[in-house]
Amino acid sequence: MKRLLVILLLLATPIWAVQPDEILPDPALEARARVISKGLRCLVCRNENIDDSNAGLARDLRLLVRERIMAGDDNEQVVTYVVDRYGEYVLLQPKTTGTNLLLWAAGPVMLLIGGGIGFGVIRRRRTNPAVALNEAEAARLKELIES
Amino acid sequence: MTAELGHFSLILAFIVAIVQMILPMIGAQKGWTGWMDVAVPAAISQFVLTAVAFGALMYAFATSDFSLTLVAGNSHSAKPMLYKLTGTWGNHEGSMLLWVFILTLFGSMVAFFGQNLPPELKARVLSVQAAVAVAFFAFLLFTSNPFTRLAFPPFDGQGLNPLLQDPGLAFHPPFLYLGYVGLSMSFSFAVAALIEGRVDAAWARWVRPWTLAAWMFLTIGIALGSWWAYYELGWGGWWFWDPVENASFMPWLIAGALLHSAIVVEKRESLKTWTILLAILAFSFSLIGTFIVRSGVITSVHAFANDPERGVFILAILAVAIGGSLTLFAARANVMQSKGVFSLVSRESGLVLNNILLVVAAFVVFVGTVWPLVSELAFDRKLSVGAPFFDLAFTPFIVVIAMVAPIGAVLPWKRASLGKAMRPLWGLVAVSVAFGALVLVLQTGTRMMAPIGLTLAVWLILGALADVALRVRLGKIAFGESMRRLKNLPRSDFGKMLAHAGLGITIFGVAAITAWETEDIRVAKVGDSFEVSGPVTTYQIRFDDVRNIRGANYTATQGVFTVLVNGREISTLRPEKRLYAVSGMPTTEAAMDIGVTRDVYLVIGDAQENGGWAVRSYVKPFVNWIWFGATIMALGSLLSLTDRRYRVAAGAKRRQEPQGVAAE
Repeated sequence: MKRLLVILLLLATPIWAVQPDEILPDPALEARARVISKGLRCLVCRNENIDDSNAGLARDLRLLVRERIMAGDDNEQVVTYVVDRYGEYVLLQPKTTGTNLLLWAAGPVMLLIGGGIGFGVIRRRRTNPAVALNEAEAARLKELIES
Repeated sequence: MTAELGHFSLILAFIVAIVQMILPMIGAQKGWTGWMDVAVPAAISQFVLTAVAFGALMYAFATSDFSLTLVAGNSHSAKPMLYKLTGTWGNHEGSMLLWVFILTLFGSMVAFFGQNLPPELKARVLSVQAAVAVAFFAFLLFTSNPFTRLAFPPFDGQGLNPLLQDPGLAFHPPFLYLGYVGLSMSFSFAVAALIEGRVDAAWARWVRPWTLAAWMFLTIGIALGSWWAYYELGWGGWWFWDPVENASFMPWLIAGALLHSAIVVEKRESLKTWTILLAILAFSFSLIGTFIVRSGVITSVHAFANDPERGVFILAILAVAIGGSLTLFAARANVMQSKGVFSLVSRESGLVLNNILLVVAAFVVFVGTVWPLVSELAFDRKLSVGAPFFDLAFTPFIVVIAMVAPIGAVLPWKRASLGKAMRPLWGLVAVSVAFGALVLVLQTGTRMMAPIGLTLAVWLILGALADVALRVRLGKIAFGESMRRLKNLPRSDFGKMLAHAGLGITIFGVAAITAWETEDIRVAKVGDSFEVSGPVTTYQIRFDDVRNIRGANYTATQGVFTVLVNGREISTLRPEKRLYAVSGMPTTEAAMDIGVTRDVYLVIGDAQENGGWAVRSYVKPFVNWIWFGATIMALGSLLSLTDRRYRVAAGAKRRQEPQGVAAE
């Protein structure tokens, strides 16, 4: 049933992103709605936010966001409201909690490791180990000098 | 008949590739010249056979041979000829055939231009190249055969996705693949060097131009894709951090690191192991990109599970290629001996820093791209990673890269003094910061995006120019002498200048459009006029007319608008809403008044119940600088590619110039 609903929504005539009839009369509230919309994922699209999406479901979510704003929610409350109903999947910016800490820490940690290795390499390159001769070479050199 | 010919050629190419993979490698190990000599004719015939196969498929598309499953499913007789031809690679099987075709093209180029390569190295490189080809020939023949026939051909085809019927996207894949697959050359050279246990300046002189070429094609391919998204998707977005985009962006970043570190190997015989690792990583990311795009695994885990055959096949190729080469690396890396010595402050160290930043940036993109998959499989936590994450996690790296690039570019090799190197640059720092401050004062609002971005952009552009000015000692010696030096400066120095300045120009565009874009969404009736204010100018837009028009294979609603500034007409724009008959899919065709400092971008939407049309208008400041900068970067790499040292390296054997006159 749920899948059927999604298919029906997709088949309906596409509606291009934010429509004139959706826009809130108060520019300040509308601006807030746009900011929130940019962070919410259109559930049936590929990594697209509801602000840019043409899908019907995105329009429903845009209207929902504006409804909550009109009801007096602040930005955070609107997002919580949507997440409670559609799950974490709807957030384009993943939360910084639990296992997601791995995601957020990946870059900085890698930078530290990379920086450490790089520094180590550069320090070693300041003297040249390759110049040192191995035993065979040393022997040959000695031979050459003495002959 | 041609299709069977193509199919047969493909099978022959597969067999030739198997021979080319095995014999030259054994020959190189044993020192058997005859066996090594197999590589060159094999590489060339492999290319010719694959070209025949690709030509046969293109012919089938051109003649709308609907007895081929692929043509029936992806083409239509009413399509314009250009899109029939480019439709050859507008589908899975055809695009994979293009992939191998380009792979064999690169292989044949080594065979052709490689006369002066040491015979063992050439044999090994071509053998590794053939090994990659074998894997992809097998993938095509066993899981994605483009030449499958239908028992009962339909009267007409099902059409190509209308979004793909566009010049920008028609040529986006070939460029991207030239880049992806071009990195296979560096990979083959790296693996061959590991087997041989030797890397020297000559090796780097071979690897660097291939990497440069691949990077140039990737730059063009990515820019084309971004430009296409900008004008085709209907609201002017130019980058989405979509997994498929990331798939091309990661190899671009790593290849960028590789072409910098290869300079160190070439000029200073240092950082050898690191460069080899980068060469392996760069192609690995190409393969990962191919896997992401071709298996659909990131879009949906379930799509992958439903049709696992192809995905598992590419995954196996990935595992063998990446796992195998990294194992080889682990076993043999310590054999490489670096010669050059350098201190903590030096051009070499600057390039190491560049490499670390680029590679970690690519790693951040990688983790962000695969995280939804990892999180769902490992932690049962279904989530999305979108643009806001990448903006936060990736941008700092670009900021630091932009900050240090002009300094690194002027540092002397081996041992440098930061204070001395910075002395001529402080003035530029001041100019850039002053420019940023001016922007901050002039713009409305206090968002730091534009001031910081523009400061960095100006710093990069001025720094690139200053680098050349310092090279010719402009102002320090007589002007004529400086000009003479300028004329004698190697082309790669100008290439570097253009590439660095190009990055600055792109950053300028990105910062400006992100900070200053304005939009207007409204219902307008024919005869209405309304205003859209850009950051500087206010544009009046007059809605003149709506008409229905017919294209080759679509019908469209076209709006006619006049754009005016202070009552003076500057252009007439005709945005369209198209409906493609075959697929029933609508597309928007935005209309733009393109300018150096801004685009006026107009989209017409649906008819409204109470009359009038939804109209969306945007002013997009400096947006074209994004792609202009990319073009300059590509030009810079082209210029570097024509540098004397590579021309000499490629043609050295053929020319046989007299080696100077003997002393008398």
